[in-house]
Amino acid sequence: MTPPERTPLSARRKSVVIWPLAGLAALLVLNAVINPSFLKITLLDGHLYGVPVDILVQGSRTLLVALGMTLVIATGGIDLSVGSVVAIAGGVCAVLLQAGHGLGLTLGAALATGLAAGAINGILVARFGLQPIVATLILMVAGRGVAQLVVDGQVVLISSPSFDFLANGFIAGLPVAPLWVGACYLVTHLLVRRTALGLLVEAVGDNERASHFAGLAATRIKAMAYVFCGACASLAGILTAANVRAADAYRAGENMELDAIFAVVVGGTALSGGRFIILGTAVGALLIQTLTTTLYNLGVPPAIAPVPKAALILGVALLQSERVNHWLSGLLRRKEQA
Amino acid sequence: MEPALLELRGVGKRFPGVVALDGVDFSVRRGEVHALLGENGAGKSTLIKVLTGVHPADTGDFHLEGRRIRPRSPREAEELGISTVYQEVNLVPSLSVAENITLGRQPGWAGLLHWRAIRDRARRALARLDLECDVDAELGSLSVAHQQMVAIARALDTSARLLVLDEPTASLDEREVAELFKVMRKLRSDGFGIVFVTHFLDQVYAVTDRMTVLRNGRLVGTYVTAELPRLALVGRMLGREISASDLAPHAGPPAAPTDRPPALAARQLGRRGVVGPLDLELQAGEVTGLGGLLGSGRTETARLLFGIDSADTGDILLRGEPVRLRSPRDAVRLGLAFCSEDRKAEGILPNLSVRENLLVALQGKRGAFRPLARAEQEQLCAHYLRALQIKTADIETPIKNLSGGNQQKVLLARWLATQPEVILLDEPTRGIDIGAKQEIEGLIARLREQGLAVLFISSEIDEVVRTCSRVLVLRDRRLSGHAAGSGLSVENLMRLMAGTHDTA
Repeated sequence: MTPPERTPLSARRKSVVIWPLAGLAALLVLNAVINPSFLKITLLDGHLYGVPVDILVQGSRTLLVALGMTLVIATGGIDLSVGSVVAIAGGVCAVLLQAGHGLGLTLGAALATGLAAGAINGILVARFGLQPIVATLILMVAGRGVAQLVVDGQVVLISSPSFDFLANGFIAGLPVAPLWVGACYLVTHLLVRRTALGLLVEAVGDNERASHFAGLAATRIKAMAYVFCGACASLAGILTAANVRAADAYRAGENMELDAIFAVVVGGTALSGGRFIILGTAVGALLIQTLTTTLYNLGVPPAIAPVPKAALILGVALLQSERVNHWLSGLLRRKEQA
Repeated sequence: MEPALLELRGVGKRFPGVVALDGVDFSVRRGEVHALLGENGAGKSTLIKVLTGVHPADTGDFHLEGRRIRPRSPREAEELGISTVYQEVNLVPSLSVAENITLGRQPGWAGLLHWRAIRDRARRALARLDLECDVDAELGSLSVAHQQMVAIARALDTSARLLVLDEPTASLDEREVAELFKVMRKLRSDGFGIVFVTHFLDQVYAVTDRMTVLRNGRLVGTYVTAELPRLALVGRMLGREISASDLAPHAGPPAAPTDRPPALAARQLGRRGVVGPLDLELQAGEVTGLGGLLGSGRTETARLLFGIDSADTGDILLRGEPVRLRSPRDAVRLGLAFCSEDRKAEGILPNLSVRENLLVALQGKRGAFRPLARAEQEQLCAHYLRALQIKTADIETPIKNLSGGNQQKVLLARWLATQPEVILLDEPTRGIDIGAKQEIEGLIARLREQGLAVLFISSEIDEVVRTCSRVLVLRDRRLSGHAAGSGLSVENLMRLMAGTHDTA
């Protein structure tokens, strides 16, 4: 008996990533047609500039949040509080820097804030069994208030060159933000795929009861996903504050959860939990940022931009729904028969 | 002779791929408690659902008090006079007793409620049950038994004449059961017809007048309770009349020597209202059977032994040492394994691959940071695929694409990969084809030879006799006896299940 032909799992995952990649390519082509200078990258003072570079820099923030969101969604949950955590972490940075504290302490404190926020979500969902949407909605709403408390209702300006460098600096001509966020992506990828963490998360997300019965620490695994998500959101908060050189408790991280969920779902991870594709999330994050930039370039006011984005998410989510798939395939079959 | 209160003739119901009911006749008289009995898949719940309008029947005539009826929804059935009380009380815990009794039919005018009338009606309904109960109390503050009584009172507040009690005693303790029986007898003397679904044979004999047994969607028969001995009843339920060969002891596998401490033992292990307290011992190199009818507490016992539910009394000893199991995780680390009877809900990770399903317990035992290398994973999978003859196109195929038998074998492999000392198998052969069944029986024999302690739970009495060297039998959530050696025969096991020593 010859061993059956085997498709490596990594190849299967990549095949799912084809779709968001195709979407990204289509958007870029569309932009290039509308505005030929869209794809142009120039070298200025030894630094790279251009719309694609901007997309990478801006998309870094979405990618950070989406990395955490991927794991939370894989456990069958969702985290709506990421935007508020972005605002809180940014506020913590601004206040500490203004008080003259060093960069190390500032970043550590911001990260700790994110871990704490994630721990609250994780405990509410995993330990007390709250609906993820409700548990994280609490922090989504209350978190804005906390952010206001941190900055005392002010927009706090930041004038720290080293902090500024995290978002706006260049290393060897390359923008620094995509570099360190890319490193975060790699670390996450290694963490979930080179250890068994990814398998355990997928098992819990696919069938929590069966996982518990198989001896997995399902509660802890779920809680850790939220903690990780909180940490990612706080890093995104640092990036946001550094990017605009200010902490704005109202606006920072606004609608961030929508972008992150979009990136995850477009990347091929189902909202029902289980299998997740972290590479897909990365492509999804770039796709959503390209879409945002495109809408901006088309002159769509930022206040209206969420509408087409939401429509796209809805479309993708519907395509993932089994019922819709069933209905669509039924429709196709009927057409063929006709 | 006056017509029966309820008369069903030739009821048939098909679901895709299954015939749930096949030409079943069923009748209930005024002033009788009528038990509806059968093992898994017998068609009891389908019959109840058809009767109460949850599902439409495909064929059959329904007559209530001589009038032809055909309920199309639970509400319509209720209006016709058929009320149902389910095991899980279907009421609103945050409302008062009075509100629950009259919910949906509150007296009042133009959306305003007439509170005094509501309370009066509730009191009248409760009085018919001789039940003392504060009608203003919040329902959720009452015990399950009292909530059930309120549900019955609610059923009486309609113009019910036939009351269907679907496993009402499943979560009640003895005193509460006695209270419920008092109410049932009172209603019987008031002329109600009561259909009583239960798994507990003692309760059948305590309270019912007649009983109807179903098996595999067919009517086995309707009997006067006092005239059918327990042993005969168990035979009818299992579809297994006793033949001459069943009296002979079965030459089962040999028993293990008992000079060592048992691999796993339970002392006075129990959980209130669920099972026990009971003693049991599993020896290394031996298959111990756990027999009993559906609902006798077999699965519940296994769940206690595996740390899924926590026991409130007793100890678990592993090789003579007491252990505390707070979760399946503790149990797995100590070398236990448990295959659930509910493969779909508690076993497989449907969208994950055969490989991941096979290795998940081992990986969980090792911890996330000691991952199995890819080559090691493939080697383990290849080994178990071969050893258990698992048929799959590819180890990366999602397990949901496999047949039931192959899924079950992957789940067995999942546990064998953790190299357990004790394995608890709850209905490992349920719902799989005959070939796979034989393979699994063969595998259990191999595990025994390799020195594992095996607990084998099965509803199929022949399978238990074939596979085990010792069998413990549960009845009504208690140990009713054990059989080994020359006492291990089909006939003896059926006696223990029935809980009687009379002759059939």
